[in-house]
Amino acid sequence: METVEPEIAQKPPSRRSDLKKISFSPRYLFTLGRKMAPPVAALAAALLVGAILLYAAGYSPWYAYGVMWEGAFGSRNNLAETLLKATPLILIGSGLAVAFRSGIWNIGAEGQLYAGAVAATLAGIFFTGLPAMILVPLVLLAGMLSGAIWGGLAGFLKVRFGASEIVTTIMLNFIAIIATSYLVTGPMIEEVGKFPQTAQIADAARLPRILFPTRLHIGFLLAMGVALASYLLLFKSSRGYALRTVGISPDAARYAGINVGAGLMISMAISGGAAGLAGATEVAGLTFRLYQEISPGYGFDGIAVALLANNNPIGVIFTGILFGALRSGSEVMQMNAQVPSVLVSVIQGVVLLSAAALGVFRITVAESRKE
Amino acid sequence: MEPLAIVSFLAAVLAATWRLATPFIFTSLGEVFSERAGVLNIGLEGVMLIGAFTAFAITFFTGSPVLGLAAAITSGLACGLLFAFLTVSLSANQIVVGAALNLVGLGLTSFLYRSIFSGRMETAREYVSFSPLEIPFLSSIRFFGDILFKQNLMVYATPIVVLLGSFILYRTAFGLSVRSTGEHPRTVDSAGLRVSMIRYASVLIGCGLAAVGGAYLTVAHTNQFNEGITSGRGFIALAVVVIGRWSPWGAFAVSLLFGFFYALQLRLQAVSGITIPYQFFQAMPYLLTLVVFVAMRRRAAPPGALGVPYKS
Amino acid sequence: MSETLLKLDKIVKTFPGVRANRGVSLEIRKGEIHCLLGENGAGKTVLMSIVYGLHQPDSGQVIYNGEHLDLRSPKDAIKRRIGMVHQHFMLVPTLTVAENIILGQYPPWKILRHMDRVEEKIEKLSREFGLKIDPKALIHTLSVGEQQRVEILKTLYHGVDLLILDEPTAVLTPQETDRLLVFLKEMAGRGLTVIFITHKLDEVMQVSDRVTVLRDGREVATVVTAKASPRMLAKLMVGREVLLEPPPREGPKGENVLSVKNLFVNDERDLPAVREVSLEVRSGEIVGVAGVSGNGQSELALALAGLMPVAGGEIHLDGSVATNLSPRKLSCLGLAHVPEDRHRMGVVLPFSVAENFVLHEFDHPPFARNGFLRYKMIKSHAMDLVRQYDVRLGGVDDEIVNLSGGNQQKVVIARELHRKPRLLLVNEPTRGIDIGATEFVRRQIAAQRDAGAAVLLISSDLEELIALSDRLLVFFEGRIVGQIRASRDRIEEIGLLMAGKSGKDLVEK
Repeated sequence: METVEPEIAQKPPSRRSDLKKISFSPRYLFTLGRKMAPPVAALAAALLVGAILLYAAGYSPWYAYGVMWEGAFGSRNNLAETLLKATPLILIGSGLAVAFRSGIWNIGAEGQLYAGAVAATLAGIFFTGLPAMILVPLVLLAGMLSGAIWGGLAGFLKVRFGASEIVTTIMLNFIAIIATSYLVTGPMIEEVGKFPQTAQIADAARLPRILFPTRLHIGFLLAMGVALASYLLLFKSSRGYALRTVGISPDAARYAGINVGAGLMISMAISGGAAGLAGATEVAGLTFRLYQEISPGYGFDGIAVALLANNNPIGVIFTGILFGALRSGSEVMQMNAQVPSVLVSVIQGVVLLSAAALGVFRITVAESRKE
Repeated sequence: MEPLAIVSFLAAVLAATWRLATPFIFTSLGEVFSERAGVLNIGLEGVMLIGAFTAFAITFFTGSPVLGLAAAITSGLACGLLFAFLTVSLSANQIVVGAALNLVGLGLTSFLYRSIFSGRMETAREYVSFSPLEIPFLSSIRFFGDILFKQNLMVYATPIVVLLGSFILYRTAFGLSVRSTGEHPRTVDSAGLRVSMIRYASVLIGCGLAAVGGAYLTVAHTNQFNEGITSGRGFIALAVVVIGRWSPWGAFAVSLLFGFFYALQLRLQAVSGITIPYQFFQAMPYLLTLVVFVAMRRRAAPPGALGVPYKS
Repeated sequence: MSETLLKLDKIVKTFPGVRANRGVSLEIRKGEIHCLLGENGAGKTVLMSIVYGLHQPDSGQVIYNGEHLDLRSPKDAIKRRIGMVHQHFMLVPTLTVAENIILGQYPPWKILRHMDRVEEKIEKLSREFGLKIDPKALIHTLSVGEQQRVEILKTLYHGVDLLILDEPTAVLTPQETDRLLVFLKEMAGRGLTVIFITHKLDEVMQVSDRVTVLRDGREVATVVTAKASPRMLAKLMVGREVLLEPPPREGPKGENVLSVKNLFVNDERDLPAVREVSLEVRSGEIVGVAGVSGNGQSELALALAGLMPVAGGEIHLDGSVATNLSPRKLSCLGLAHVPEDRHRMGVVLPFSVAENFVLHEFDHPPFARNGFLRYKMIKSHAMDLVRQYDVRLGGVDDEIVNLSGGNQQKVVIARELHRKPRLLLVNEPTRGIDIGATEFVRRQIAAQRDAGAAVLLISSDLEELIALSDRLLVFFEGRIVGQIRASRDRIEEIGLLMAGKSGKDLVEK
């Protein structure tokens, strides 16, 4: 019996290269729509819950959301603020997508971000004499390496001692945050002023701005680049094939000659490095110094950003901007409509819950192949 | 320090140990049930916060910490119902739902706190909480009196609750089915029991007790609420369960250990003349957890079906 | 003629994508042993799971003792004294025998105060029925045969009129099998009704009063065993005459390819699993490894494949040292390995068929260049192999999880064999796949031998070993306890060896 249906056999292998040649055929739009529908529905559900809360607390949901939208996208500056907040989220989310696809639950991006911020600050303060051409990459590299080591440590503990990465990464979060608090109140405290913060990093260490007069810096483009690179790594490279195999079935990976332990450590280091880079861009692009609460929880939001994108780094760009918009919009909402900005956490949480209910992530767990 | 000063310092630390361990004890005991049934709930932090806020709000308005505690348990059960519905009935990923629950817990409690209490915060935020209950005679014993017999009701309750938990887990038909469900759910199914029901029940126990752990912070340990008051205790409880090897008494012992380090750190911050930065002691429990993991190697095996949704 | 105990009327059960039962009708009489015979996937297990309340039928009726049954859960079945011993044991490994037996017996709030009484009752039962077991033992410390005893005791403890056994002999030695069959006959004599699911004709002939043959989710025939012949049943079962045995090999054996000296391997719990094993496999021969599963065969295979550390001894492959090499290096030395557990190891279920074909070679040219995958090459490679090995699928982009077990195994076989291995290590190549695929797989293995490969075949299916192997090594408790020419008339001895009743006189060159 001829088993390969001729029609299918002759079809050119096109599904893999969707990204390169996006054709707007009805069929493509249909698949795209089917992929997008659950996240969009989840967002709608979350906004609805938020609206109910707003109403119950005596605010006008329409007005509050209007202000929020305005705050996120209403002006060049607001848009820039949204993208600024999206930058660490996209960086972290891309890295976590790699980790989650490799089957390791890195909950420690927050700590890895701090580790990166500390190292970047040190580099930015210490190497004052260097030109920007060298110093900027150096600062970013320092942050990335430091985050990678912090993340890799949890990977090492898992591979060597079988320690649950969920617990160790959470512990390492606390340790990194406490260590930062120690550094900025003790050894690294600024000379003058004596606030619990470090001195400013060198001018040459600062990231160039890209959308004058806003604060948007080149870190955003870097984040897009990292997302793209993560995508290529995961789905187009042989290393990514190995990592995804490890994530789905460690036994099959070993059978295929893949070093599972190394794979887990690599993906922890990659996700830690991305989070460390996020810390570095925060310092070098925005705050120019280190202080105690340098991250408002980007590391935890990043988990949601990655999951909502079904651990696809390209999707992370969109969910990262979405979460960035929610954050920056809610700040404006607090300022202009006196609505507590923490509402955004509820909205983010409910987005995740509804997406979970709609079965978005079952795909991640049961099958990790599709983009 | 003088010898006498050391003794009283130690007494103060140990007295605080049990108090500070109490939220861990409640929360980790609940999580032992949940994980023994195969459900990993990393959303404990969020549930604790919701419990803490509910207890605070209800006590604030009714003046009764007992009502506050009851309301907190109810709120915890509601969280548990949501968690179980998503992870058990819909087989959603437990990590995802747990992470979401943390976001919701933090956001919801902070939002409600600011919306409801921002006006009255300064004027009337103090209320009557579970206050220390000195046990006659015993509390006047030197050293031990301070440590053991001047605590509040919720602290006294911990060994009783753990005893009860241990009894239920190891000596009742329900406990047997919980232990079986976490290891080998298909067997439970085949024995004519409903895996989903057992998991629902265990998750409800887990979230209910996590809410109690949170409520303790606002109606017994202090008498106020502030945003993020749990400050990571829900995450610590997860570690406690692992290090306590998924047993109620193990969780109790490890909770006390963590409580000791918390107490030590707080006391040492107050002691003058100590050159070690207080952050070092702050980080102790977390460093300790990592050290224990290394020391345990691979000996602590989690329940066989932990984190795996069951489909019949 | 005795009365009917259980009547199934036009049972239909459909799962997403699978029509397991398409209107099966069946009558079981009181006190009989009734075999359900059929290939894998014929719908036997699903049908019995319906009787046991694990599944609910889409349509059709279950009539038990004249009463219409609507079973919502196994609890309802247990209440009506229906018991089932599943193919995969339903036991919690971390609990004791007694705890397993009372699981689900009591309402949740019941306090388990008198475990000693439960244990006493179990001991009494086990004496009465000759099923020796320690009620306090933890399940994971018991052998497979003992675990089966616990399963049977469980049903006896609950009280049972109708006992359903799903492939109970798959994990037993021939002697244990015989003992089980005798036990069942005895129980039937005491009035117990037994439904015995199997695909082994010998057992049907040996034990049953009547037999119902299932094929493709329908009952084909019910016959009185005494009036049936194995050949006729086989024909009913597969719907055609089958030739299971590949043509015998021609030509001489060649040089030594695999030689193993004094091999020791520890299992996952670090207990010795393979002890002092020495063996050789030459080019052009198939050496079979027989033994009840769990006697070190799996560990031997994993150690040879570089997936489990060798604790002592040496492995040589084509003259070079192959002890504790990585799977990757072994593969370069010419090893191909068809692993025991297809789903856990052999394939990556969510990956496409094409991706599964390059599991070993995904980072080699031509499938990767500069670290990037070349999906064009991967796909055309897959299409070639699909054609060559007759894999039935929609397209190579299909996820392999959507293929039948037989076709999945063909993918594994194709992937391993196309590399023209020097040593082919095959573990349970036909477990859980249909008869057509089985035949195909066996032919492919024989073809490799003919092409000069050395083949080490591990299987718990004695028929398969005898059909394919030139000689057999029998494993017991991690040792080779006998080496024997593979022949049907030696099956008795093989069985004895598998049960550890070795005599040195049985070893032959």
